[in-house]
Amino acid sequence: MASGNLALGQEQGESSARPRVVNDFNIIVATVNGSGSQSANSVLLKSIFGMGVPVSGKNLFPSNIAGLPTWYTIRASKEGYVARKRECEVLVALNPETAEQDIMALPPGAVAIYEEYLNLSRYRDDVICYPVPFDKLTQAICPEAKLRKLVRNMVYVGVVAQLLQIDLKVVEKGVQKQFAKKQKVFDLNFGAVETGYEYAKVNFSKRDPFFIEAMNGTAGKIIVDGNAACGMGAVFAGVTVVAWYPITPSTSLIEATTDLLKKFRVTPEGKATFAVVQAEDELAAIGMVLGAGWAGARAMTSTSGPGISLMSEFAGLGYYSEIPGVIFDVQRAGPSTGMPTRTQQADLLSTAFISHGDTRHVILLPGNVRECFELSYAAFDLAERLQTPVFVLTDLDLGMNNWMTDPFAYPEKPLDRGKVLSAADLERLGGFARYRDVDGDAIGWRTLPGTDHPKAAYFTRGSGHNDAAGYTEKPDEYQEVMDRLARKFENARKLVPSPVVERNGKSKIGFIAYGSTDFALRESLDQIEKEHGLAVDYLRIRAYPFAHEIHDFVASHERVYVVEQNRDAQMASLLKLDLPAEQVVKLRSILHYNGLPIDARTITDEFAAKESL
Amino acid sequence: MASTTANGATGPKLNHIGLPMVDYRGGKSTLCAGCGHNAISERIIDAMWEMGVQPERLIKMSGIGCSSKSPAYFMNRSFSFNGVHGRMPSLTTGAVLANHTMQALGVSGDGDTASIGMGQFVHLMRRNLPMIYIIEDNGVYGLTKGQFSATADIGSKLKTGVINELPPIDTCALAIQLGATFVGRSFSGDKKQLLSMLKAAIAHRGTVMLDVISPCVTFNDHEGSTKSYKFLQENDEPINEIGFVASFDDIEVDYDSGQIYSVELHDGSQLRLRKLLEDYDPTDKANAVRTLMEAHAKDEVLTGVFYIDPQKETFIDQLNLVDDPLATLPESLVRPPQSALESLMANLQ
Repeated sequence: MASGNLALGQEQGESSARPRVVNDFNIIVATVNGSGSQSANSVLLKSIFGMGVPVSGKNLFPSNIAGLPTWYTIRASKEGYVARKRECEVLVALNPETAEQDIMALPPGAVAIYEEYLNLSRYRDDVICYPVPFDKLTQAICPEAKLRKLVRNMVYVGVVAQLLQIDLKVVEKGVQKQFAKKQKVFDLNFGAVETGYEYAKVNFSKRDPFFIEAMNGTAGKIIVDGNAACGMGAVFAGVTVVAWYPITPSTSLIEATTDLLKKFRVTPEGKATFAVVQAEDELAAIGMVLGAGWAGARAMTSTSGPGISLMSEFAGLGYYSEIPGVIFDVQRAGPSTGMPTRTQQADLLSTAFISHGDTRHVILLPGNVRECFELSYAAFDLAERLQTPVFVLTDLDLGMNNWMTDPFAYPEKPLDRGKVLSAADLERLGGFARYRDVDGDAIGWRTLPGTDHPKAAYFTRGSGHNDAAGYTEKPDEYQEVMDRLARKFENARKLVPSPVVERNGKSKIGFIAYGSTDFALRESLDQIEKEHGLAVDYLRIRAYPFAHEIHDFVASHERVYVVEQNRDAQMASLLKLDLPAEQVVKLRSILHYNGLPIDARTITDEFAAKESL
Repeated sequence: MASTTANGATGPKLNHIGLPMVDYRGGKSTLCAGCGHNAISERIIDAMWEMGVQPERLIKMSGIGCSSKSPAYFMNRSFSFNGVHGRMPSLTTGAVLANHTMQALGVSGDGDTASIGMGQFVHLMRRNLPMIYIIEDNGVYGLTKGQFSATADIGSKLKTGVINELPPIDTCALAIQLGATFVGRSFSGDKKQLLSMLKAAIAHRGTVMLDVISPCVTFNDHEGSTKSYKFLQENDEPINEIGFVASFDDIEVDYDSGQIYSVELHDGSQLRLRKLLEDYDPTDKANAVRTLMEAHAKDEVLTGVFYIDPQKETFIDQLNLVDDPLATLPESLVRPPQSALESLMANLQ
């Protein structure tokens, strides 16, 4: 572990005697938002990736357009850990406003690269300082004042590359990729990288132990953010109607979807096989999704907490009138407006029961970017199979940050468009009752508007209806439909993505987690094994309603820790509603909800405290 | 309705696609006897039958309220969606995007449109989505027993004696300003005008917004109401007389072009508006809105076709959609091939 090595280095006092820390440390870049630092950060991330070193990047940004502090962390981990790590060993301080705070947060023995005039060495004598005259260097290579603040960021990439001994050729490739096909922009930016690199080479002798060395940890891997992966899932599910309203952090999911639709879904005649509508609000967005789903299209929307709240009424209509649709919720920190640019898993309970009356909703919970792709296309099949809105819950951390993953596999099965009767079917059957359970699976057959048969039409309504879709206030008829809906939801346990038993060594202790918590929990379970000699079991939930394997997992352990990123133990609560009473007492919670992504150390320490280890 | 068929047998009269009017009927109305909404349902049946709209090619959309119940009372062979309060526009938008080959008819009320549904109403008008939007406008909330709606006129009196003091929203003026391409007002008691207007609406491609004053016999038909049968009979001022010649009828009829404003509609039908108000030009937006505002000042209820633009691009045109419904495109057209995914993966390496 990096922090362990670091501590060792300190005890030895002399940096020259410190063991090398290779491919296992955090870089933090402090800038202001709106300064174009994203490109530079991305190039640095991809350069480390290009060296074959497992890497992850996180953007900690303000809810603001320009001028407020932003931090980007890049974690290099030869072990392949990609969760947030609390301590950062290499600081690039480019924001004068936060520079003092940034250097004070470093652990002893860390590295600080900063704008020379900030003179940060006065704050710490236990940090290795590399002052760089960024402004002067940038002025010399970029006469155009307007571009300077963008180019300045590229200079830092060069300095870091030289100090960490990242191959300049690999960086060059990263810059090429970033500015694909724009030679002039490439020249300017790579020129800036070279300037930084050259400056560091001439002016610094390396006094720190941090190195990036080529390894073979990223061969065949890709880097992608969860929102883009969800967008790909939707497009490969054949989505045709997209209605949305802008909201952080879900907007980039729709942007990615739209880009892909424009790329892959225009006919040779130039016509679109899709419609994307920026709606007037989230109510209209989900209304359009349900209207389209009712008429037979694969439709989706994407939002975050405040939008999900607004969609509540329509979600109930979708549930009761049994209309397919897919709703992405890239969760951010609530309640209310909360912290729009911070992460949480706190919409779970409200989404599970969203809308008044007895309603329950199918929720899919991707645990990584690959699952963002797979569960997104699965959501469209499920929505049409179950004839109900399906919610896909990710979060800001998973959705907006860059993750390394294996490439996505093309869907194996053809689209499942669910139970739809054609005119020929109606002719054969002589008619149908929309909400009658004729197959014993609690799912009725539906027809699509335009089906050319006098018996095709039915009346869809959110008011009380009987199994033939007729208006009713009769107790028996109403209740029959409600009971069938309950059976349908029960049957959904077998249709939703099953949980993944990540570790099962027959330990007495089990862990349950879901979504982006997985990254930190995996690392924590290694820590628990190393530090406490305990090999515990772990099951990852991927959907609600809960598959029976989840019950079995709880039943086969003495204590089960549910780790999640909200204050109120929402998954644990949902499990408690589902489990038999004697199992409920086994559950305990480890919670993290300050808006930052959960880290392994938090889980390990809290587990140790709870177990009195 | 009896007529003699080609082989001499007597049968019901058939429309030009060979269907009897009974195929356009709906369930028995549960609204109050004499409710204006029932008359509107009747006119919808007449218009759809006369125009030969295949019932299976129609979607009937509605929100919540007395008006929104009425799709159950006409055209049982059409697909119907009675959604949530004030949100019929978004459901209809989604449905039309999914299948733009369908004829869409939305039925709303003054509460469903001008209060809870105002947000969706105005944005729908901006998009010029191909659909007919009918407001069955009685100025009160019926199902909750007679509160004023936002279309009630200043000074209008409730049965309980309460006087409305807030200005009414003129949904026609709004629709004209925002981009609807066929805007008119009628009265449920004026069979001839409403039928002609509905037939023209069916022939138009774009958003048709019709505000149909439809007296509420239970809560708003008394002395002092400005939405009563009596008030409308006395104060209805048609600005034009609506003549409609369907594309399948003989169009070659002579008329005095000085007195008649003739518009060719999307399907080749002709809308012929005989000017009753001097020099009224139904293609002049600003004048249309000004005329409506002036009528309010004079306590007149103008009816007729206020505005029409048969040329404007619809939302479907703007989105450049394929001709076939998006809903039923085959997998080969909607799921990109494996090579597409592979190229994406290569770019992310």
